[in-house]
Amino acid sequence: MLFRPPAIRRSRRPATRGLPGLLLLLGCLALFLAAGAARAQEAGDLRPLVDALGQGGFDFDKTETAIGSLAETGDPRVVPALEALSEGDLYVRKADHAVFIGKRGGAGYQLTDPLTGEAAGEAARGAVDKIRVNNNLRRAIRTALGGLTLRSRDPAQRRAAVQSVFDAADPEALEPLEAALAAEKDPGIAELMREARARILLNTPSADAGDRLDAVETLRARGDRDALAALSGLVAAPDGKVDPALRAAAAKAAGAIKENLALWEAAQNVWYGLSLGSVLLLAAIGLAITFGVMGVINMAHGEMVMLGAYTTFVVQQAIRGWAPELFAWSLWIALPLAFLVSAAVGAAIERCVIRFLYGRPLETLLATWGLSLMLQQAVRTLFGPTNKEVGAPDWMSGATHVGGLLITYNRLYIVIFALLVFAALLVLLKRSAFGLQMRAVTQNRRMAASMGIRTPWTDMLTFALGSGIAGIAGVALSQIDNVSPNLGQGYIIDSFMVVVFGGVGNLWGTLVGAFTLGIVNKFLEPYAGAVLGKVLVLVFIILFIQKRPRGLFALKGRAVDQ
Amino acid sequence: MITAFLLRGLDRRALVFLAVLAAVAVVVPLLNLATPAGSGLHIPSYAVTLLGKYLCYALLALSVDLIWGFCGILSLGHGAFFALGGYAMGMYLMRQIGTRGVYGNPVLPDFMVFLNWKTLPWYWHGFDQFWFAAVMVLLVPGLLAFVFGWFAFRSRVTGVYLSIITQAMTFALLLAFFRNDMGFGGNNGLTDFKDILGFPIQDEGTRAGLFVATAVALGLGYLIASCVVRSKLGRVLVAVRDAESRTRFLGYRVEMYKLFVFTLSACMAGVAGALYVPQIGIINPSEFAPANSIEVVIWVAVGGRGTLIGAIIGAILVNFGKTWFTGVLPELWLFALGGLFVAVTLLLPKGIVGTATALWRGRRWRGPAATGEGTLAESGGDAEPPAAAPAAGPAAPERAS
Amino acid sequence: MTLQVPAAVPLKAGDTLLYLDGVSVSFDGFKALNGLSFTVAEGEMRAIIGPNGAGKTTMMDVITGKTRPDVGEVYFGGTTDLTKLDEAAIASLGIGRKFQKPTVFESHTVWDNLDLALSGPRRVFPILFGRTDAEGRRRIEEILETIRLTHRRDALAAGLSHGQKQWLEIGMLLAQDPRLLLVDEPVAGMTDAETEETARLLREIACDHSVVVVEHDMTFVRDLGVHVTVLHEGSVLAEGSLDHVSADERVVEVYLGR
Ligand SMILES: Nc1ncnc2c1ncn2[C@@H]1O[C@H](COP(=O)(O)OP(=O)(O)O)[C@@H](O)[C@H]1O
Ligand SMILES: [Mg+2]
Repeated sequence: MLFRPPAIRRSRRPATRGLPGLLLLLGCLALFLAAGAARAQEAGDLRPLVDALGQGGFDFDKTETAIGSLAETGDPRVVPALEALSEGDLYVRKADHAVFIGKRGGAGYQLTDPLTGEAAGEAARGAVDKIRVNNNLRRAIRTALGGLTLRSRDPAQRRAAVQSVFDAADPEALEPLEAALAAEKDPGIAELMREARARILLNTPSADAGDRLDAVETLRARGDRDALAALSGLVAAPDGKVDPALRAAAAKAAGAIKENLALWEAAQNVWYGLSLGSVLLLAAIGLAITFGVMGVINMAHGEMVMLGAYTTFVVQQAIRGWAPELFAWSLWIALPLAFLVSAAVGAAIERCVIRFLYGRPLETLLATWGLSLMLQQAVRTLFGPTNKEVGAPDWMSGATHVGGLLITYNRLYIVIFALLVFAALLVLLKRSAFGLQMRAVTQNRRMAASMGIRTPWTDMLTFALGSGIAGIAGVALSQIDNVSPNLGQGYIIDSFMVVVFGGVGNLWGTLVGAFTLGIVNKFLEPYAGAVLGKVLVLVFIILFIQKRPRGLFALKGRAVDQ
Repeated sequence: MITAFLLRGLDRRALVFLAVLAAVAVVVPLLNLATPAGSGLHIPSYAVTLLGKYLCYALLALSVDLIWGFCGILSLGHGAFFALGGYAMGMYLMRQIGTRGVYGNPVLPDFMVFLNWKTLPWYWHGFDQFWFAAVMVLLVPGLLAFVFGWFAFRSRVTGVYLSIITQAMTFALLLAFFRNDMGFGGNNGLTDFKDILGFPIQDEGTRAGLFVATAVALGLGYLIASCVVRSKLGRVLVAVRDAESRTRFLGYRVEMYKLFVFTLSACMAGVAGALYVPQIGIINPSEFAPANSIEVVIWVAVGGRGTLIGAIIGAILVNFGKTWFTGVLPELWLFALGGLFVAVTLLLPKGIVGTATALWRGRRWRGPAATGEGTLAESGGDAEPPAAAPAAGPAAPERAS
Repeated sequence: MTLQVPAAVPLKAGDTLLYLDGVSVSFDGFKALNGLSFTVAEGEMRAIIGPNGAGKTTMMDVITGKTRPDVGEVYFGGTTDLTKLDEAAIASLGIGRKFQKPTVFESHTVWDNLDLALSGPRRVFPILFGRTDAEGRRRIEEILETIRLTHRRDALAAGLSHGQKQWLEIGMLLAQDPRLLLVDEPVAGMTDAETEETARLLREIACDHSVVVVEHDMTFVRDLGVHVTVLHEGSVLAEGSLDHVSADERVVEVYLGR
């Protein structure tokens, strides 16, 4: 293998990183504790330790010692107290020197027991003293909290805690971390802990030089952005502070990680490109039939997509109203319906307008543009001009990591779906009797007619097929785009570009065209920005068409140049 | 030579049109300026501006008719040339604001100050001079059309392919002009103009003057188009439209002819845009929207393509309809417009003027406008043009051997 | 009539007007022309026959620059390599072509059709400002006479009958005044009388032009009374007088075997 995935851990979602993650975790913990009031009988053992927090007064060292002894208990139930202390919400009741969490309310404070979470009455303003904290204490608290949750029974909490220790890279946390590491059974979490330890070691100039070199190795093995940041910090540290050998090792490791990350980024771009390409493919594939095979310029193609998306919306509304339990199936129900709706509209358009314009492509273009305006306005009148909310079933939401790639399920399914539609269409055209008739009619209409093929019927069905596929595309696109009357407008130019770029009359060309354009677009974006990237792609296609007017996979021959 | 050339363009129809236009150019400002507001004859200023707008659109439609009606090039990107002309004029008007802007910067337009720019981008230099802006109004659209056409026509991109890439061209410009760092005011475009050539732009007199200028431009545009069309070159254009490769086999370099009219037409569109902006008071990227360009085509189709006068009539009629509809039944306008597209292509392929002329001259008449019947050059009118039966089917008509 | 021995392929001799050697053209793998070689001498009229799909039209496409040969040489007037030029340039060199299907400018009058074809300037600006001079008008009148369309000079070409369109197209060729005329199936769809007229017209033209005529109609070819080249599957099958080639077994088989 050329490059390895950096060790990004499954459970670590981007949202649960760092301090916000920690707070979230603590919130959960507090809930958990509140629910677990049954265990309150044990709280008595901890009470003196908590109360010790109130004894320090201005002597911050004393408070720190108290924090330390709370941390040593390793009991998660002390977390709210520490948390409140760091926020400045912990108070001592003057009467009995008991410590409570206090919230301002009425004339005095609402008191809560820090261990059980039970309400503990009110206190007048003069009756309590706030426990003072400074930044040093706050850091001690954070370390303590890190240490505490490192021992939590819930592996997810432990992971999050390790991550926060990693992020803080506080030398103070080394001791509790090592203790937790010794006790850790889960090899994955143990690995994370070793990495956090390495990070801390790199942050501790006094640590043993050999250990620090090992730490560089550990971080290099981790290989993600956090590791890179830690190593870069070391490389950039002022001279004299860092041993040259260590600096060299760090620089080398950082370089390796950077390279690896760049490769993953490229891979991610390819994925985004594939994903965009599949969207383009879905939008263009119906056009590949109506334009590519029949030679009909259907400017209302985008509106067929839009109708598909609105069908999905209506289906979901109906399901929400009558059978909410079917919601997970809503897209599957919408697919055939969307196909039928768009195909029916397409067939109607073919019969009422397009068939009178065969052989006059420019007129067809204008008439179908008019139809697209009318369809848009019709939908706007029926459903209103605003975006419609189309929900995603559970199985469509979420994401997964594959190595260093972040892959969202909806995009993944759309890529798969686009390829399936493509394959199905290919089979239909190549293998079915209908496909045969269709090709016969488009190649030699008179001959086909004289062989008993009902050519008008074939025309209508072909057009309906192209439109129906656009409808199906609408179902998929409703998952990633705003469902509004303008939905189709956004796709029509792109779709034409794909079909023309790929080569008219060639389904494979459409496939290659869609993915090429998608990937090129996504690779340009980081350098040129989204808009300019798109402009560049358009300019590229314009130039390309002028070089090869018949597209990438041009059919040669007399049939096409007439 | 030139005068003889110009005189050739003056047939009866052209004379009648120019006379009517001249009358309008005199009467409208007169009724606006010289009659009291309450009088029954008074034309309010907003109506003058509205009529001025229609005339700009008419000039734009004329430019489209020149290439579509006579040369078979269906450009779906003429709005881009219109907008570029408009931007050139807008840049002049922006520079005229001077210190009267919100930020009072003597050189930088407000939006640049807002974006924290320190110096004027190089392409804004010179636009403080009217003559320079006027040259740019012709040059920028003309140059774009020339370069675009050079590539497109030489590689023989024709028919719908050409239409689609012209549409892509205007779409690309739309996206580009939306960007702030393009230096054209991004989303908001250019607006808040103060004066033009020293005359306050909101003044009734200025507005009347702009109206007259537009009428003159339209008259000139018509005259030029008419001369071109009636020259031998005009006949070559129609030949290209009807049977492109036949023309080639006669020794004509078709791409050069196309390039010539395409560029000429883009310059006309640019002038139309330049006159449009001071009257409307704003130019923004939405002028590049593909929908705008395609709407112009329908004006021409309604009036009757390949008739010049039809383009003008169509532009005025449709836009009058639009004004009326959006005032009375706004939500029905798109239905009406869409219906117009369908109805005209299906039922009135020659347009109003073409149909009227055909009726007038009786059944035998088969003029340039009568080409809806399958001889249009979009198929390249190639060596073996589409079979006589127009509705032969969607496939390329097979070769009869 | 005397039997003529098929000439060996001559070299680029001074009197050779058109020279094709080893020309092949394929479309998606299908060989429309397959090593085609033949020559036309200055002032000669040559008839080309061959079954449908033999590659006759494709050959004309190659000569006039519409199709580029995959391999092979095409020379005009001894030194000009036609494969390097485009249609307009080739037309300006003096090669005129009448298409298989009559192609005239339907929305122009007969007069304008001839006027457009008239030899003269072809560049944009001279065309924009120029007019046809008296000499040109005289020539058009003359051609109108020749093609018998004087009475319809102001009619739109679209209104002409099929035969008239064919003639108009031949008239346009004359107006072009080319050194070499390529005429693709000029009598297809004509009545017998019209066919005879056309043969007469072509013979007249052949007096001071080189002509290559593609035709199926054997009576017509006989009327022309010229050398015949038989094309089959993209190469020359036989060459000589009509009687000579129609005595050739392979030619008979090609025509009757189908
Ligand atoms: N552009 C083309 N694409 C595909 N096939 C072609 C093309 N041009 C000609 N052919 C094929 O080449 C062969 C020769 O055609 P052509 O020269 O027209 O024959 P002819 O004029 O002798 O009847 C035919 O089979 C025809 O189908
Ligand atoms: Mg042929």
